[in-house]
Amino acid sequence: MSSEASTHTGPLTGLRVIELASEHAAFAGKLLADYGAEVLLVEPIGGHHTRTFGPFAESLPEAHPDRSLWFWHYNTSKQGVQIDLDTPEGADQFRNLVGFADIVLEGETPGRLAAFGLDHGQIDSPTTVWVSVTSFGRSDPRSLDPFSDLTAIAGGGLAWSCGYDDHSLPPMAPLGNQGYQTASIWAAVGALIAIEARARTGEGQLVDVSMHAAVNVTTEQATQWWLVAEKTVQRQTGRHALHLPTESIVAIAADGREVHTGFPPRTLDELIKLVRWIDDEGLRDELPLTTLLDLAIEQGGMDLAKLYEDEFTQECFRTCRDAIVLLAEHHTADNFFLLGQRRGFAVGMILSPEETMADPHIVARGFPTPVHQPQLGHDIVHTGLPIRFTGTPGRISAAPALS
Amino acid sequence: MNSTALAGLRICDLSGQLAGAGATRTLAAFGAEVIRIEDPVRKGKWDLLRGVPPFREGQRGIDAGGAFNNHNVGKQGITLNTRTERGRSLLAELVSISDVVTENFSAEVMESWGFGYERLCELRPGVIYVSNCGFGHTGPYRQFRTWGPIVQAVCGLTWSVGQADEPSAGFGFSYMDHHGANLMVFAILAALHHRRRTGEGQWIDMSTVESGAAMLGPMVLDFTVNGRPARRPGMPASNRGHHPLMAPHGIHPALGDDEWVAVVCRTDAEWATLASILGVDEPAWATVDARLAAHDALDARVSAWTRRHDKFEVQTRLLAAGIPAAAVQSPQERTDRDSSTARWGLFPEVTHSLMGAVRVDGIPLHLSATDWSMSTGAPLLGQHNHQVLAGLLGLDDDEIARLEADGVI
Repeated sequence: MSSEASTHTGPLTGLRVIELASEHAAFAGKLLADYGAEVLLVEPIGGHHTRTFGPFAESLPEAHPDRSLWFWHYNTSKQGVQIDLDTPEGADQFRNLVGFADIVLEGETPGRLAAFGLDHGQIDSPTTVWVSVTSFGRSDPRSLDPFSDLTAIAGGGLAWSCGYDDHSLPPMAPLGNQGYQTASIWAAVGALIAIEARARTGEGQLVDVSMHAAVNVTTEQATQWWLVAEKTVQRQTGRHALHLPTESIVAIAADGREVHTGFPPRTLDELIKLVRWIDDEGLRDELPLTTLLDLAIEQGGMDLAKLYEDEFTQECFRTCRDAIVLLAEHHTADNFFLLGQRRGFAVGMILSPEETMADPHIVARGFPTPVHQPQLGHDIVHTGLPIRFTGTPGRISAAPALS
Repeated sequence: MNSTALAGLRICDLSGQLAGAGATRTLAAFGAEVIRIEDPVRKGKWDLLRGVPPFREGQRGIDAGGAFNNHNVGKQGITLNTRTERGRSLLAELVSISDVVTENFSAEVMESWGFGYERLCELRPGVIYVSNCGFGHTGPYRQFRTWGPIVQAVCGLTWSVGQADEPSAGFGFSYMDHHGANLMVFAILAALHHRRRTGEGQWIDMSTVESGAAMLGPMVLDFTVNGRPARRPGMPASNRGHHPLMAPHGIHPALGDDEWVAVVCRTDAEWATLASILGVDEPAWATVDARLAAHDALDARVSAWTRRHDKFEVQTRLLAAGIPAAAVQSPQERTDRDSSTARWGLFPEVTHSLMGAVRVDGIPLHLSATDWSMSTGAPLLGQHNHQVLAGLLGLDDDEIARLEADGVI
């Protein structure tokens, strides 16, 4: 076949995936499909209920059944088929498809497929990798409970670490189904680990993915602070949760936008650069404690291992932060980011998703990706691929239309 | 028993922090041989997590950092001074016998050592090389420096956490370090699949800013298709149910000090059930549109009830009624008192040469035939120098002693 074209579609060319449509594993299927796997999305007759999820393409009439941008995003590059699994014909059709599949991806409540005789182990297909994404794992009775992205985020510990210094405000969950996406990324990883194992053994196997477990191991340091030091981190506005309060890290730039002031200098070189920046801008008078930094430079820098116990180190650290905040207040957010980065400081600006898509660097790398959308008859711009394979880039095409 | 899923796969691992080390720890848990290379001159401190808290009581020092241990479970650790010619030649030897080379330095570092992708290919034809940095290796910001929170700020994720009328709350941790690492695992495995089919290796130029931006897709489409920016009045209101629309959908106070519980109604029927539990009789709130329009009043009614009950009682009672609910769990509650994480074996104990027995993050997958395992903690600085240099590269004791004396390892 057209080896040239297929080789350059994506690294997963040659893998066949049967995906049962779901809300929480859709992103796993998208990752596999955008990178070249042939993913067949199985929906119930009439379409999966995620086709009713907003936002919607508003130029299409409200009665149009295929205008869900949610569905269009999470199902790119897949092909579609509609099957009712609870009919004998549908069950046969699904069995046949599984027989040809390298990977089955499903997010069904434990027991549902088994009732149809369609679960892992019930279909004779020993080389198929079967990926099951549930809320708590296939053998945990809690997977039978109702769940949502928000309950995964709350129970799994993500929300514990996010929010505000003011604890009368609730812990915060992120937008964008991050619990589902966290489980989905692990599901995609698990699928490929099992494919790699199959290359050695010739055998498929079951990959059991727990969303609760996935969120639980996505807390960076919260878990380790407890397990190693028995300290409990607490949420703080715009910065890492920690067992001790830390200084604010978000500043308001001269144009009123939020900037991230970064990790204050930790090396001697960075301290010197910071004092130079303050002096270059003539801001020493506004920050008399710059002298403290001069002293730290004379002493050869700060020892961050002492940050939690040594007052001088803490005072220097705080002054560095004050210096960065002062610099931020003297520039627009964009300028502060560019000037700071060009001087070697890891500072940032807080962009909304559409602002990120318009950023010159993101645009220059070709991340915003036009995709022909048949329902509209023209291209629309999608978020691009999360990983850049230079040899086999992958390709994004439109989600299967509702036929 | 060690997993055989990735047996025979060797990773020459120059990566660190969480965004890199988090990837190779997963490969190690599934049986890959991960050789982590650190700088003896800076005592491995390029990795900010080496030798920083959390520490075990009474322990300090470059080998005692708890997060470093967590992110480097199951790896071998060696030191190589790449400023020296001998150090670089040993690195070249390691590359030549490795399947994969990983790093998450700033964009110019590998080139400056003379180990750009072309050289790696010469050393090991078919090599899979993953560079993972905030802005990637091309584009106007390629030399900019990032760490997790900067990536999250620039990619839209920080903005996406917060109340409508407050500043950005952001993530209280480096969320994208986790997913940068997880996607790096995906990248390596996908590239291995391609290499098995074609014999071709490749360079993977990961930018975690792009990886993060790819996690906010529907909101971006709302802008590119409908012209509606996510940054608008009333947003982000990130505890509310946007896609799909749900109400109530939020985190509410529970009995006790700073205790919280998430409550969600996905359907009008779930709301009808919740309303009867709450004792709320508001026929006007029968539809989700009506409840969204009255969200503040709705939240107040839910909170008035939840704050009189223990968060786990709310969870149990609502789940029994068919309504999604979950206590906001503390780290201790998740690790020590959660029957599901215990049943999963999610926080296994490993043995670290200095810290002793310590629990770490496990893997949220179970494979029926070749499951993961974790038994040894992170390597001490240079712990496996002898094992790797003698065992893999065939150096004798005298040569190794000389390398030590010369500051090469």
